Amino acid sequence: MMVLMPAYAAVLFSFASGLLALMTHRRPLLESLCLRYAARFPGRQPGRIPLVGLLEESRYPIRLRQAVFVLLGISGLLAVLAGSAALVSQSAVTDQIGLGLPWLPWHVRFDGLSGFFFLIVGIAVSAVSLYGPGYVQTYQEEKHPFAVLGLFTGLFVAGMLLVLLADDAFFFMIAWELMSVASYFLVAFQHENPANRRAAFLYLLMAEVGALAIILGFGVLAGFSDGLTFDALRQANLSTGWASIAFVLALLGFGMKAGIVPIHVWLPEAHPVAPSHISALMSGVMLKVAVYGLIRFCFDLLADAQWQWGVVLLVLGTISALGGILYAMMQPNLKRLLAYSSVENIGIIFMVLGLAMIFLANGFPQLAALGLLAALLHAFNHALFKNLLFLGAGILQHQVHSLDIDSMGGLIKRMPQTSFLFLIGCMSISSLPLFNGFVSEWLAFQTALQVDVLDNGVLRSLIPVSAAALALTAALAAACFVKVFGLIFLGLPRSRHSEKAQEAENKGMLLALKLLAGLCFFFGIFPTLIIGALNTVAKQLIGQVLPNATLLSWMWLAPVSVQKASYSPVLVLIGVLIATGFTFWYLRRNPDTKSMRRSGAWDCGFGGLNARMQYSSSAFTMPFRRIFAKVWLIDEQIDKDMQGAQDMDVAAIHYRLQVQDHSWPKLYQPIAHGINAAARLVGRIQTGNIRVYLGYSFVTLIVMLWVVSL
Amino acid sequence: MNWLLAVIQTLLFVALAPLLSGWLKWCKCHLQNRKAPSLLQPYRDLLKLIRKQPVVAEHASWIFTRSPYIIFSAMVLAASVVPLIAVDLPTAASADVIVLVGFFAFARFFLALAGLDIGTAFGGMGASREMTISSLAEPAMLMAVFTLTMTASTTNLSLAIAHVLNEGLVLRPSFIFAMFALVLVAIAETGRVPVDNPTTHLELTMIHEAMILEYSGRHLALIEWASQLKLMLYGVLIANIFLPWGIARDFSLHALGYGLLAISGKLAVLAVCLAISETLVAKMRLFRVQEYLSFAYLLGLLGMLSHIILEASR
Repeated sequence: MMVLMPAYAAVLFSFASGLLALMTHRRPLLESLCLRYAARFPGRQPGRIPLVGLLEESRYPIRLRQAVFVLLGISGLLAVLAGSAALVSQSAVTDQIGLGLPWLPWHVRFDGLSGFFFLIVGIAVSAVSLYGPGYVQTYQEEKHPFAVLGLFTGLFVAGMLLVLLADDAFFFMIAWELMSVASYFLVAFQHENPANRRAAFLYLLMAEVGALAIILGFGVLAGFSDGLTFDALRQANLSTGWASIAFVLALLGFGMKAGIVPIHVWLPEAHPVAPSHISALMSGVMLKVAVYGLIRFCFDLLADAQWQWGVVLLVLGTISALGGILYAMMQPNLKRLLAYSSVENIGIIFMVLGLAMIFLANGFPQLAALGLLAALLHAFNHALFKNLLFLGAGILQHQVHSLDIDSMGGLIKRMPQTSFLFLIGCMSISSLPLFNGFVSEWLAFQTALQVDVLDNGVLRSLIPVSAAALALTAALAAACFVKVFGLIFLGLPRSRHSEKAQEAENKGMLLALKLLAGLCFFFGIFPTLIIGALNTVAKQLIGQVLPNATLLSWMWLAPVSVQKASYSPVLVLIGVLIATGFTFWYLRRNPDTKSMRRSGAWDCGFGGLNARMQYSSSAFTMPFRRIFAKVWLIDEQIDKDMQGAQDMDVAAIHYRLQVQDHSWPKLYQPIAHGINAAARLVGRIQTGNIRVYLGYSFVTLIVMLWVVSL
Repeated sequence: MNWLLAVIQTLLFVALAPLLSGWLKWCKCHLQNRKAPSLLQPYRDLLKLIRKQPVVAEHASWIFTRSPYIIFSAMVLAASVVPLIAVDLPTAASADVIVLVGFFAFARFFLALAGLDIGTAFGGMGASREMTISSLAEPAMLMAVFTLTMTASTTNLSLAIAHVLNEGLVLRPSFIFAMFALVLVAIAETGRVPVDNPTTHLELTMIHEAMILEYSGRHLALIEWASQLKLMLYGVLIANIFLPWGIARDFSLHALGYGLLAISGKLAVLAVCLAISETLVAKMRLFRVQEYLSFAYLLGLLGMLSHIILEASR
């Protein structure tokens, strides 16, 4: 019960932050309340009454914004506290809330899995609350009211936390819808732009279709059990066929929210148009809540996992991972790129979950625990570095007034801190050793390499192929983020705005980035801390823990056994420091050559190097475009303006490149056409003639009477 | 004692790397009817560069000036993991073969960033091409290495090699595929003909050289040394994974000396093979490289599948 208190408090504080935001235009009300309260203590000076000083007209909006984010931050910290407590206490707590329908109280359960995701949400929300005040201050109140943003941010966070707490299908769906709908308003926040409205509508549509699938999935389970609580659903005795139907429905619903290919299309549209700290929450955390739902449904509620489901997850995950990163690479818009890269990372998580399921169904719970652990760790890591990158993108958008990678450049000199923190994010997401992204990928490879224990020939050849795809994904991600960092921060500035850019003035924004970057590095060096906590989750879900992961000292990571594989980030770090330190000292000891001479870069002797001669993002990815040409719909046009005698001289060349997803024309447009055609067919019965409508009513009545009389 | 030996082995790795490129150059010159420089020429070049004051492009940031140190130490760490003359050294446990690939990725990441940092077309060109080639080569390498690790059922390189030694001479089809894959990857990753030409400075074809065009002085020395180390690393990987015989299994002076002789001999022979192939084969067009690397990837995958289907004990 002690564990639940901070969890409830976290939810309440996020609600409170949302409600407080509504007070933006209620200053007089608050003031009169304060004065009335003060009237009870007549002895005091009016100036010394608490709160009245804060309600001063000119400073009120700023104070209010800060207060809203402080409440949100408290909510985040409480969520971290609750999550850690649940992981440490290793027990599941249940409770009932008297809300909801009279005969159906809301059931709450807080166990290791919920606790772990609470931790993810909490860290992200804390970082966002540091970042928020600086970020929202540029919004004009008339056009973008803070009340709306603050209210829905609070509701969104509360919704996510409630999803994690829910222990019955009814409560789960209510929380899920709260999360979806609140985030719809956040996506539509800057609705003056038609593209944003379209993105928001697409998001709402897909979120609701997904929710429908989840409801149906729960419905299948509920059909075989008595009640909607998860405990009852766990007891449901399903045939394999019905269980598979439930699995497919859950996969469709949660997969749509998580954004796996090909049902990912809302994600690259919706994430970039929301304010950056909201994109960070959506990409870093909301997708994880969908992953939570899938894990809860497939590993907890559905009793016996089938290896075929694992294969489905594995294949879908592989396609998402490869597709996500290849699409990401082609995006000139930074936030779109990051959104596509979330598709990639969710794909990796799904892959490893698939592996876990395959091992579980084949009777290797210990390896299943390893896979589950790798998936959860990757979810955690992705939340850290994706938040970092999205928040960094928000700073860039503020300072450079653009998100177009091709209009930036050279920012490392103008924004040294942001660039360094962004570099850490890029290194983590490219899964380089010493950073957190590498650890989860390493564990994923270790899981895949245990394929030897399986008997099934199909699985034995499929899993290595997916491991190969994972390797390709990692390498492509590194290429993609070299491009991102190199083009944005290095080289010469490509536009006037990036030439004049300044470091962000707000300390909180940079502090949020520092927090996340520090965590990325910390958990890259000491992954055993979080892995120890994850063992609790594995124990509760699968009933198995990793053999030695926690028995070994904090220095070593050896998930299967020391003889099979080991990795010690601490020793690697020490080695790097010694090697770098020694060479650095040794090579610069001669005072004559210690200083460096600056000189112009090599220009082939022609002179006049300028920023436009640098590689652009489409130039950088050109080799990939040629090699993987089939993956995209590429529309490349080169127009030449001719002049001079007989139009033979080229005056100007226009280059236009459009890269599109295959899923639009292949999947969505046919569905849209189908729905329109069906609507037209249905439209035929609407003649507009009152007698025909009366006829319909009459026929319906007759049919009903006949049905009743049967 | 073991740790001391591990450090000594790493230092030996670092110290011998220039000699291997000297030997390679010597062989190539003799095959092409040219007069060869001394075997010690790479050492002289490195010393000369270290003594010089570096000249840095005016727009370069700290990424450019710090990258050589990062790249070099990543390679040194990689060298500390790969068994050169003895197996069972303690450093091998701190990082397994996947981390080794990670070290290469780390070095490459910063090399590509350094290329982009100076703000010229060459840097971007080199970075883009290097990342393209490596993103195809890295999975192929992992596939080849996974064949080994699945045979030995460990990703610890030292233990895996010990496993191969224990098994004795067994003909494994998977190892033949994996070896060819690893050889192809090694040629691509170390920038040798037919993928890249280490001696070229022709703008249209260069990859590695394009990125390091602006480097000079001690920075250039570190980068050169790092790429010599990389060449040797791949050589040792091929030699010790697929032909591990001769490597020291206990730490007696006799065994260690024998191990050193064995690896020198193997590397010398590998270098002669490389020199012959570089003399006979012409450089490929850039967009043929993908076919070459997909072939390597396919070989790696075939190796892995043939291990699973033909060799695994079930």
